[in-house]
Amino acid sequence: MTIIGAGVLVLILGIIAALMHWGESHEVVTHINAAHDADTHEGHSVLVRRLVVSLWQSNVFFIGISVVGTVFMAIQYVSYAGWSVVVKRINEALGAWLIPGGVLLVVLFVVGRHDIFHWTHEGIMTKGSANYDRIVAGKSGFLTFGFYLVRMISYLVIWGVFTWRLRQLSLAEDLNGGTSYFHTSITTAALFLVLFAVTSSMAAWDWVMSVDVHWFSTLFGWYVFSSWWVSGIAATTLIAIFLKQAGYLRFMNANHFHDLGKLMFGFSIFWTYVWFAQFMLIWYANLPEESVYFNQRLGGFEGRYTWLFYANLVINFAFPFLALMTRDAKRQMIIMKIVCIAILIGHWSDFYLMIMPGTMKGDNGFLIEIGIAMIFLGAFLILVTRRLAEASLIPVNHPFVEESVHHTT
Amino acid sequence: MTSPAVTTAVPATIVHTEPATHSSTKRFALGIFDDEDVLLHAIDNIRAAGVKIYDVFSPYPVHGIDDALGIERSRLPIAAFFYGMCGLAFALWLQFYTLGFDWPMIIGGKPHISLPAWIPVSFELTVFFTCHGMVITFYMISKLYPRFKTPVLDVRSTDDKFVVAIELDEQSSQLPKLTQLFRENGASEVNQKEMTKF
Repeated sequence: MTIIGAGVLVLILGIIAALMHWGESHEVVTHINAAHDADTHEGHSVLVRRLVVSLWQSNVFFIGISVVGTVFMAIQYVSYAGWSVVVKRINEALGAWLIPGGVLLVVLFVVGRHDIFHWTHEGIMTKGSANYDRIVAGKSGFLTFGFYLVRMISYLVIWGVFTWRLRQLSLAEDLNGGTSYFHTSITTAALFLVLFAVTSSMAAWDWVMSVDVHWFSTLFGWYVFSSWWVSGIAATTLIAIFLKQAGYLRFMNANHFHDLGKLMFGFSIFWTYVWFAQFMLIWYANLPEESVYFNQRLGGFEGRYTWLFYANLVINFAFPFLALMTRDAKRQMIIMKIVCIAILIGHWSDFYLMIMPGTMKGDNGFLIEIGIAMIFLGAFLILVTRRLAEASLIPVNHPFVEESVHHTT
Repeated sequence: MTSPAVTTAVPATIVHTEPATHSSTKRFALGIFDDEDVLLHAIDNIRAAGVKIYDVFSPYPVHGIDDALGIERSRLPIAAFFYGMCGLAFALWLQFYTLGFDWPMIIGGKPHISLPAWIPVSFELTVFFTCHGMVITFYMISKLYPRFKTPVLDVRSTDDKFVVAIELDEQSSQLPKLTQLFRENGASEVNQKEMTKF
């Protein structure tokens, strides 16, 4: 019911995205021929590389949002929080992307790994080979095709199984009532959080940090997690606002939005904190093997990433910080909506900034990437809205549903 | 403290005859509540009955009590913003002056004025000024600064009870009515207390 309206919107989005993408690839193809000769790397032409890399980037971003739905819900269970019950179904629905996204991620890695990861190139870990790289060879214990694939599948399976399990428990609770489902959910959620703490960090190393294979940062897991986390909360809030304005979620009021706004405000600052903690230590110590990461992004490749580097800070920190500072702002749908969209765009470009300089170097672009991101958004929303339509938007037999309805801030 | 003509509880025709020393003494009817939800409902009902509540004392902040009591939004956040600005300005001035001009030092090969390195200090001083400014302002406004004799209507409101205070006029003729109102709304006991310099 909810969904037809949203589905049409999504379809239009997808079509626009496809059109944009189609119209754009034209000029790129001609552009490619010139760049083709310069492409000395193993792998495909620039266009294919751009496609594979931007698929990877958008997919990692959307998988993050998807799993954050489950993480958010798990935290609410473990902390016995009552206020968030009205958005619980949205958190559950976000998980709908996990299976298709995960499959796509595995396929992308198997098919397109040479375009994304420098360390998968032939002979790079073999002594005496022309491609031999001593630093990359030092990581050969961790970065092998088989081990990487096993790790990737196990993260996805762990996330998927727990998402599915919490959803099943919640649906069974709707049918049968009683508190036993709630208590089982708490145990499940606690176990999931422990596993997620480890797997999210490792996924960040594998999926994002190993793009810059010579470089490493011990904070990177948290950096990626904070980016996923704040985008996940923004996505939850945005969907809640759209549903509310379409006349659903009758019990959701300004108090709930206020709390979601506080979380977005706080975790935007948290993201900045983590970002800055990483930046400042590297900047201050100024070790070449560490500062190369920021050299590439600040002025590297003829400065093509520099504007995005600063824009990223403005849109992910300064804007939410100033816009959501007052109480009234967090209670106004229009401001919340703008900030949510800004945060989602901002953190998508944060992932762009993490992945592109290491893979595309100076060959990056935006139209294909944005087109692909919009196709992802469309597919993501179709799956999410479909899952939203499967069950009541309020988990009617949740023990805290009453508390959530009467929530005041 | 206020002249009777101002308060609505006292008819304007009554002439205030009490000696000046008495004018700072107030008498209260106290409704003691055990439960937060009962308290919130009681507040709604008492206000609906047309009785003006002087204040409510609770061991911890109760969600929604501001709306129930009809209290205006606090302007403390605005003050906090300016305290924060003061802190930020002070921090930047301190670092510009000391590290940039008064005693320039080369640290880690960075320029004397290197903003990224100053962010932690600026952040900390902003928070420091905001917190202390807010706490001090709050204490001044709420009269919670240290005094020889602390006026507390009921010490149990610092432990596990919620206390609703209603100011009584001179005649205290409303007391039986108020007692009944409190009882009907779930108060566990009703007391009366006189306070000087409250």
